[in-house]
Amino acid sequence: MTRTAPALDIDAILDDPDTRIIVCCGSGGVGKTTTAAALGLRAAERGRSVVVLTVDPARRLAQAMGLTELDNTPRRVHGVDGAGEAGGELHAMMLDMKRTFDEIIEAHADPERAQQILTNPFYQSLSSSFSGTQEYMAMEKLGQLRRSNEWDLIVVDTPPSRSALDFLDAPERLGRFLDGRLIRILTAPAKAGGRSAFKLLNAGFGMVAGILTKVIGAQVLRDIQMFVTALDAVFGGFRQRAEQTYRLLQAPGTAFVVVAAPERDAMREASYFVERLADERMPLAGLVVNRVHRPLAPSLSAARSSAAAEDLDARGEHELTAAVLRLHAGRMQLASREQRQQEHFTSAHPTVPIAQVPAMPEDVHDLAGLRQIGQLLAS
Amino acid sequence: MSQPTSSRGGSNGEARDTDWDGVRLHVVSGKGGTGKTTVAAALALALAAGGRKVLLVEVEGRQGIAQAFDLPPLPYEERKIAVAPGGGDVYALAVDPEEAMLEYLEMFYGIKRVGKALTRMGVVDFATTIAPGLRDVLVTGKTSEAVRRRDKLGRRVYDAVVMDAPPTGRISRFLNVTQEVAGLARVGPIKNHADLVRGVLASPETAVHFVTLLEEMPVQETLDGIEELRTTGLPVGGVFVNMVRPAGLPEGVLKAACQGRFDSAELALGLKAAGLTDGRADASAVAEALAREVCEHAQRTELEKRERVALEEADVPRYDLPLLPDGADLAGLYELADALRAQCVV
Repeated sequence: MTRTAPALDIDAILDDPDTRIIVCCGSGGVGKTTTAAALGLRAAERGRSVVVLTVDPARRLAQAMGLTELDNTPRRVHGVDGAGEAGGELHAMMLDMKRTFDEIIEAHADPERAQQILTNPFYQSLSSSFSGTQEYMAMEKLGQLRRSNEWDLIVVDTPPSRSALDFLDAPERLGRFLDGRLIRILTAPAKAGGRSAFKLLNAGFGMVAGILTKVIGAQVLRDIQMFVTALDAVFGGFRQRAEQTYRLLQAPGTAFVVVAAPERDAMREASYFVERLADERMPLAGLVVNRVHRPLAPSLSAARSSAAAEDLDARGEHELTAAVLRLHAGRMQLASREQRQQEHFTSAHPTVPIAQVPAMPEDVHDLAGLRQIGQLLAS
Repeated sequence: MSQPTSSRGGSNGEARDTDWDGVRLHVVSGKGGTGKTTVAAALALALAAGGRKVLLVEVEGRQGIAQAFDLPPLPYEERKIAVAPGGGDVYALAVDPEEAMLEYLEMFYGIKRVGKALTRMGVVDFATTIAPGLRDVLVTGKTSEAVRRRDKLGRRVYDAVVMDAPPTGRISRFLNVTQEVAGLARVGPIKNHADLVRGVLASPETAVHFVTLLEEMPVQETLDGIEELRTTGLPVGGVFVNMVRPAGLPEGVLKAACQGRFDSAELALGLKAAGLTDGRADASAVAEALAREVCEHAQRTELEKRERVALEEADVPRYDLPLLPDGADLAGLYELADALRAQCVV
């Protein structure tokens, strides 16, 4: 008897008015965005008012939801069934991380200081390429959407990071930087009002400052100094918001859905994810396994199928049947390999509910496709 | 280097004419889930075959190489991890940006024993996680150092370096280091270092390969990635089509099945002849289920054909790597390395 995981009851989560946020996370290429969009559509068609926040959707999926540009504005998705009578509606938006960052600065600094920050070359570079900016801004946007209270359900997919967990770490990392000693080194001269950059620093600080000057050059150092000094004024706001968003994720109204494909690496990442969410006391709803291959004639085993194909080949009969049997054997093998991957996961995490979505011949291009995925998720 | 063409058939002679002669840095990118790390590992094995020395570099801290070769996590240190067919060596290195930064400071500025102070003050943390682009310059810098490195006698230490690079969506930005650090340094030492690294990455000694599956999204991302790379002036390598499944059935049968015309009656007879059924009813039920499997397979094959045509648009050499029935275990890596050699990739 193989270990079976409890089934993930998607509709129960979507229908529960207490579910306010669903976070779809997982490694790259497992269909996170599609899952998020399908969950959003299904929830809307079951009567909820939903916004889907996507970070980097594939072009055609974005088109399926009527999104054409990164404009940071939720757009109404048309063609949602049952809207009106059940009162549900679907909005979707793509994250513009630079815009989101700019808005935080504008909201937290007085106009003069905001201008100083926004025009600083270091800030401009940071806001469009900091490897964690996307993660941080996705979480920030999530917090904003939640606080606006305009939607009763927010579905978010996480950025395709080098580590699937960067989005959890980003706020803390930024906080660590902002509270760190480096900031004090960089802001010290400005606070002291001195002209000579590092006059007032002690020997250790002086050495580090010397190295910095040597390695990055005086101009860049000045840019960074100006930036962090200006930012210093809004630090409180930043950290507070990062902590708020973090607590929001831990709240009972949040449901994390880990998305994976039935392959070794993706399932390993999913395991890691589940453990990490538990460590952080984040509420896990379950695991969605996409692209599962299901044989249509499961009673005919791979071994019997291959043996029969060999037998037919040897007799020189029914060439086509032999070819079909070999095809079936391959499919059975793939299915059992995928099954094993999931069993490994379930052995380690026996209480995590799982929903499976069978592999589709084609990618999703329209709402009908998303609707179908939603049905499969819930069945 | 002559214009490479793919699928010329293998030759196992000494002086093999391969597609990427002269390339010493192979950067392997690919969308998540396409098997980029597996292909990078197989490529390293193939390059090392016949007594060469190859370094396989990982830059994202995922320990993917260790997992591919079934080893404990790799330290920031070049160590031998595999022997290639015919006696070559594959070394591996998991680049850690923090260590790379300390090493860099020591190498270029002779600043020793300040690592702890820098780490304590948050400088290393800042440089490797917050400062825009610096992390990428550090890891590409470390990789290009290995490409350029010579021993005391002036010989190259590595015949080739293979980098398991970030995914397709980020690859151009990752490699376009001068642009990346532009906000941090328009002049000065970081800029100079970035220029040096860029020199290696943009040279004919480098090729950036893409791993894809014959599916819509990975193919589209591959085409976009190639386009972006060309725009930034970085050398595009080949496309590695991974997990290729044989068609398994004659063209005509597939075509008919694709339109839902597949004769399950004949299949039922075949199943009976093979002794797979007890009664007649059972035979037709199983035959019908199998017929539906055939139709799905035919649709998929048709789709794959379309994606193949789309890939031709990029006009770069393409190589097929078979789907491994048992997954990409160690034996599978050697099998893929053989497939690469047979197609004259190396």
